[in-house]
Amino acid sequence: MAVLEIDTVHKNFGGFVAINDVSFALEEGETHAIIGPNGAGKTTFFNLITGHLQPDHGSVTFDGRAITGMAPHRIVKLGLARSFQRINIYPRMSVFENVQVALIARDAMHFKLFTLGAALNRDETSELLALVGLGDEANEVAGELAYGKQKQLELAIALAANPKVLLLDEPTAGMSPQETAESIRLIEQITVARGLTLLFTEHDMGVVFGIADRISVLHHGVIIASGKPDEVRNDEEVRRVYLGGSSHAAA
Amino acid sequence: MVMPRGTAIVVVLVLAGLLLVPVLGSNYLVDLSTEILIYMLFALSLNVLIGYSGNVSFGHAAYFAIGGYTCAILLTTYEWPLLLAFPAAVLLSGLAAAFVGYFCVKLTDIYFAMLTLAFAMFVWAVAFKWRDMTGGDDGFVGVTVPALIDGRVPYFYFTLVVVSISIALLWVICHSAFGRTLVAVRENRTRAGFVGVNTRAMRHVAFVVAGTFAGIAGALLAMYNHGMYVESAFWTESAQVLIMTLLGGMYSFFGPAMGAALLYLLNVFTIQYTEYWPTVQGVILLIILLFVPEGVVGLGQKIRQQLAKAD
Amino acid sequence: MSMLTNPTIVFLQFMNSISLGMNLFIIAAGLTLIFGVLRVINFAHGVFFMFGAYVCYSVVSRMAETAGAFWLGVLAAGAALAVIAFIIERGLLHYLYDKEHLMQLLFTFAIVLIMGDLAKMIWGTDQYSVPKPEGLKGAVDFSFGADLAMPLLYPAYPLMLCVLGPVVAIGMWLVLSKTRWGRVIRAATQDREMLAALGMNVPLVYTAVFVAGSALAGIGGALAAPRVAVSPGMDVTIIVECFIIVIIGGLGSLWGSFLGALILGFVNSFGIMIFPNWELVLSYVLMLLVLLWRPWGLFGQPEADGH
Repeated sequence: MAVLEIDTVHKNFGGFVAINDVSFALEEGETHAIIGPNGAGKTTFFNLITGHLQPDHGSVTFDGRAITGMAPHRIVKLGLARSFQRINIYPRMSVFENVQVALIARDAMHFKLFTLGAALNRDETSELLALVGLGDEANEVAGELAYGKQKQLELAIALAANPKVLLLDEPTAGMSPQETAESIRLIEQITVARGLTLLFTEHDMGVVFGIADRISVLHHGVIIASGKPDEVRNDEEVRRVYLGGSSHAAA
Repeated sequence: MVMPRGTAIVVVLVLAGLLLVPVLGSNYLVDLSTEILIYMLFALSLNVLIGYSGNVSFGHAAYFAIGGYTCAILLTTYEWPLLLAFPAAVLLSGLAAAFVGYFCVKLTDIYFAMLTLAFAMFVWAVAFKWRDMTGGDDGFVGVTVPALIDGRVPYFYFTLVVVSISIALLWVICHSAFGRTLVAVRENRTRAGFVGVNTRAMRHVAFVVAGTFAGIAGALLAMYNHGMYVESAFWTESAQVLIMTLLGGMYSFFGPAMGAALLYLLNVFTIQYTEYWPTVQGVILLIILLFVPEGVVGLGQKIRQQLAKAD
Repeated sequence: MSMLTNPTIVFLQFMNSISLGMNLFIIAAGLTLIFGVLRVINFAHGVFFMFGAYVCYSVVSRMAETAGAFWLGVLAAGAALAVIAFIIERGLLHYLYDKEHLMQLLFTFAIVLIMGDLAKMIWGTDQYSVPKPEGLKGAVDFSFGADLAMPLLYPAYPLMLCVLGPVVAIGMWLVLSKTRWGRVIRAATQDREMLAALGMNVPLVYTAVFVAGSALAGIGGALAAPRVAVSPGMDVTIIVECFIIVIIGGLGSLWGSFLGALILGFVNSFGIMIFPNWELVLSYVLMLLVLLWRPWGLFGQPEADGH
């Protein structure tokens, strides 16, 4: 059953078509990768799903509910969380507070003006930090963490919303091969343990073909192929425009 | 969260010192302390917006003035008892902030700042032109203050109690689940939205909290002066409280209170020698911006860290 | 209300609206230009305006009988503000570009405090008036030979402003759209990083725009001098009016501030007839309506991270 359905979604930026009538379905429980060259519209696609941008037309349905045009903070509450390609944390707060705030928001405690905050969700925060391997860094200032650790922190923040579906935008961008391997192992582990449906974009094809159940290829704002890794790998058009198609393109 | 021990000790000592002011100090010191207490509350209220939510208001004097005028008018013109007039004044400041905030929090950053200033100048213009009600540029003179607190020392204790309770409430709000989330909104509005926080509503609540407590400070000032004057709504008043907040340090809870005390004392000292107080303020602001953006408290923390490293 | 049925008064107020609007436009255009490129809202724009008026007064009062004294005053005001702006930008402001917007905003705020006092030190707290320039002291007859009970006369000086405003607007538009420098400035409003990538001297562009925008404030102040009392406090009134204009028109948009200034001119001139003493309220109500409808102003673009 599709948990997330996108129906002919379209987005135009001052004459430049970023997403061109894309339809797409994410099956419950799958790990699905979106790949495509830079500028293909992957991040725009994520922004349209999560409410950061409004589509010009088309609809987004999550868990049977129309979420087109809904504000991001409402969409998160329905169980659709995301991480960002560029680091997106609260730099001057502690690592602990970064995650704790997400839990406060999940529990809808953030309008409680007279409930002291420090002790809220203490244990769950520590658990989440341990889960992503930041157990020892809880009291450090988030902005001073190493890059790879900031990425893990982002993952913990996204997980704190207790999502059904997790959207990860380039979860290993800027990481060393070793960090990438560790990070992917962690993501796989969490996905299984929490029964998450995962939609992610990724530039590292080893990672993509290693963990994705299905792959969709976005090119110039259009999904040109979608299917199992083998099907996508052997797709003529995908080979031509994207995967190692340089020899053909040059010819 | 419990207050760090060092801070708690300082707070207790300051409170104890203030309690003794009328016993040990001169009349002048009692007056000065009353005024400083009022401005401390004013600056701390602004910092809910600036320090905690990351929105700079250039028109905070509006709510200060609304609180002051309302309290003065209700006590004097309509002869309400203090127990009604005071809460009504505070409520009206909060409502005004809710109305103005509704428009302002739709915008961010520079637009937000411009709009707060525009609204504040509107409040000033109303205070200036509505002579029948406010006394216009002559001011609203001769506020009726209830006999029980009408006097230098009783009024000082009244102010001390009201300001202490207000600051305690502000402290709880700033350290509440709301306050923590508000800091996250300041740090990264986008990310906060994507963990399920309605950031605009958060900023709106912060705006109302700030306006309400500014109203308390304004009402206290009106009774202290037995009058309310248009200058309290003018943009220079907004500028002054902004500088107080920055001078003390907007990233610490008590910083703005310290800034208020410092700037007030500096004002009292400076005007003995020159009429150009705005220039002094401007130069202080320049120094803060270029050299100590974290304010006095931040500077203190930095020095302490350096000393710790040196050991 | 009966005044609104008197065609002569309506005509006069109509012309007043435009001349006031055009004077406001020349000032607000500088503010919006600076914002477009530097992303700094210059709070000191009002105090620059006030300095412009004072400088014009000083020049005119010293050369009372000389022909063209007023125009020399206008030029001197523009030049003086250009120099002041250059010193402020090169000396201090450019150290703050990589800091948060807030810091730059507060910086211009500090300039307001200091320059406001400076004006008091130089010119005191008296009110001054500047006579209208030779040749623009009379009035122009708009009756066009028609036999009216009362001739339709309109003073020449504000009429000149009605003409000058569109001239400035079209001139700025031509410079911005047809010249290389204009294209650079417009590129800077779109994408600052691109400028450096194109090999432009970005600091120079910033300085030039800050100087030009501030000079417009000075010229606007000089042009306003014959219409108003030159006195302390005129800076605050004008900056709030400028804010209302750019909030209505949209920050960074030249035609937005043109339209915003015109609207404010009409609201002020006709508002004074309908609600004497409370015309100010009307401008705020109008601003709120625009904000409800379009939070970024009539011609404005939402901020990149607007959510």
